[in-house]
Amino acid sequence: MAKFRGAIVVDTDRCKGCGVCITACPLGVIELAKEVNSKGYNYSFMANPEKCIGCASCAVTCPDGVIKVYKKAL
Amino acid sequence: MSEITLQDIIQPENLVYEKSKLLTDKRFHYCPGCGHGTVHRIIAEVIEELGIDEETIGIAPVGCAVMAYDYFDVDFQEAAHGRAPALATGIKRVWPNKVVFTYQGDGDLAAIGTAETIHACNRGENITMIFVNNGIYGMTGGQMAPTTLEGMKTATTPYGRKPQWEDGTPNNGFPLQITKLVAQLPGTRFVTRQAVYDAAKVRNCKKAIKKAFQNQMENKNGVNFVEIVSNCNSNWKMSAVDANKWLQENMLPVYPLGDIKDNFELINK
Amino acid sequence: MGELKLMKGNEALAEAAIRYGADAYFGYPITPQSEVIEYLSEQNPYERTGMVVLQAESEVAAINMIYAAGAAGKRVMTSSSSPGISLKQEGITYIAGAEIPCVYADVVRGGPGLGTIQPSQADYFQACKGGGHGDYHQIVLAPASVQEMADFVALGFDLAFQYRIATCILSDGAIGQMMEKVVLPDQKPRMTEEEIKAKYPWATTGRKRGTPHRIITSLDLDSNRMEQHNRHLQEKYKEIAEKETRFEEIQCDDAEYVIVAYGSSARIAQKTIQLGRAEGMKIGLLRPITLWPFPTKAIEALIAKGVKGFLSLELSCGQMIEDVKLACNGRAKAEHFGRVGGIIHTPEEVLEAMKKQIIGE
Repeated sequence: MAKFRGAIVVDTDRCKGCGVCITACPLGVIELAKEVNSKGYNYSFMANPEKCIGCASCAVTCPDGVIKVYKKAL
Repeated sequence: MSEITLQDIIQPENLVYEKSKLLTDKRFHYCPGCGHGTVHRIIAEVIEELGIDEETIGIAPVGCAVMAYDYFDVDFQEAAHGRAPALATGIKRVWPNKVVFTYQGDGDLAAIGTAETIHACNRGENITMIFVNNGIYGMTGGQMAPTTLEGMKTATTPYGRKPQWEDGTPNNGFPLQITKLVAQLPGTRFVTRQAVYDAAKVRNCKKAIKKAFQNQMENKNGVNFVEIVSNCNSNWKMSAVDANKWLQENMLPVYPLGDIKDNFELINK
Repeated sequence: MGELKLMKGNEALAEAAIRYGADAYFGYPITPQSEVIEYLSEQNPYERTGMVVLQAESEVAAINMIYAAGAAGKRVMTSSSSPGISLKQEGITYIAGAEIPCVYADVVRGGPGLGTIQPSQADYFQACKGGGHGDYHQIVLAPASVQEMADFVALGFDLAFQYRIATCILSDGAIGQMMEKVVLPDQKPRMTEEEIKAKYPWATTGRKRGTPHRIITSLDLDSNRMEQHNRHLQEKYKEIAEKETRFEEIQCDDAEYVIVAYGSSARIAQKTIQLGRAEGMKIGLLRPITLWPFPTKAIEALIAKGVKGFLSLELSCGQMIEDVKLACNGRAKAEHFGRVGGIIHTPEEVLEAMKKQIIGE
């Protein structure tokens, strides 16, 4: 059982949908949305939020710094 | 226990990561997935963590990062193509108490600015040089860089970079090992090669950049030189994720990661 | 007050920089001005005032060091001679675009190319009409003596910082190499960090928390802003032209004919005037001290007073003559006489030229 639960908040309007965060996530939390933002990018979002442990791998690899990471001990 | 909701987690006290406050609100103009953004982010984090934002003066290059000055909330000067090490020298010599860093790409640092790079390193200026190497000219549309790999296709080597013709007559020349070269100079204190394609590499790279700034802050003489092997998915003509894979398979054998020199001592591998 | 010394022009320039309280000199050796960096190295100004002296790897590097240190609010100077100044043009146009104050001396030698190491005034166009790319000007001061080589350092820095512009001290191999007596100014202190920060809020000295960061750049991809920036530069140049044009008139009060000459040529011209007046010709000398801005109004005033012709005397194939003709605008005769290749005109041949080309018969 995970000792932490995490969550990310993506600034969807600034996300460029490069997908780097998806490969960076060790637990398959993130996917690209079917919808696009105002620039026409499919932005990333937490598709499987229950799996997130707040490791921040997505955020530290995000070239545009659009991901905020939250982490709570259980 | 399973009752915990996203709202419970997304609370200010649980925030563990957000982009540095030393980045302005301006959106990066870089292509999706470009390593420049990541490198900008970690430099800003380092400056913030070291508390040197009031003492730092950055030098932007000509190349994709030409407008880096718009993104960092610290004083910045924009250099002519390749001249950033001369600018850094100019500032550091008259303001030895300031923290001065250059941010340059491969064309800027290793082609048009080779003389400035070599001589700033040879004088051992007490500065930090950040060198982003993606083996191609990004801003002008994907032409050959000094660090372009052998066989690599670019707009000016459409059939692949061919250092020499079959009979040995010169053609495009070889990938320039500029980082190895500056490591040979007595003026460089710390020379390292890093990458930012995954989280572990980003964390290592940040440590290296931090050291490169700390050395300068502590008035340890000598150039602190951090190469970051990065991507250019647009001009490599692949997705960001594929570019990061390609980088590992093709760039890293030629430009292997790790410290090359520390405390003026070459590290033997 | 001051100290009387016998010095070369190049040495006087260097000593004046130390005494002005300049913060740094970045340079690269080239004949005929290597004495500047040699003198500074020998004097060890870091011990005297804290002034930094650095021999750069090239003229290109030196001018870019000037760009950066000037943009960080420091009083910095470089010097070179014609081929080296050509290399510096990249930095000079960036300095103009980013509005960075600095002083550089050009001890002109003959060209084109490597040309000769002998004196020349063939870089008038380069200094006054651009040199680098883009619509820009710089203040160009033309010393005609070792004294002025020293005096124009202070004047150059004062103007450079007042207008955030480069000042070029356009000398030549003769003025740089000749020895003359010079009264050197007293030592001034270098500015402190607090003074620089208070006086030059635009300078990149490290931004204070809670205040906007400073950006020194010549780049702006927004066309409207770039047009505004160019308009602003032109306004500044207009103001400088109105307020800072400097010249000297010698025996112009009753003159019917005037030699226009600067630097070494102006010294020759003074003898020509004596020779001419001994023969009964009313010749005067207009010596532009600022080549840019050019003393157009002084020429207009002389025409209004009845001057019939101007001889533009230059160590070139005819460059300043274009500005003299523009000033005359057809209202008076204007001709050029010059020697090149390192030859300096004799007063006698100048008088001959004056008779033949301007006075007639």
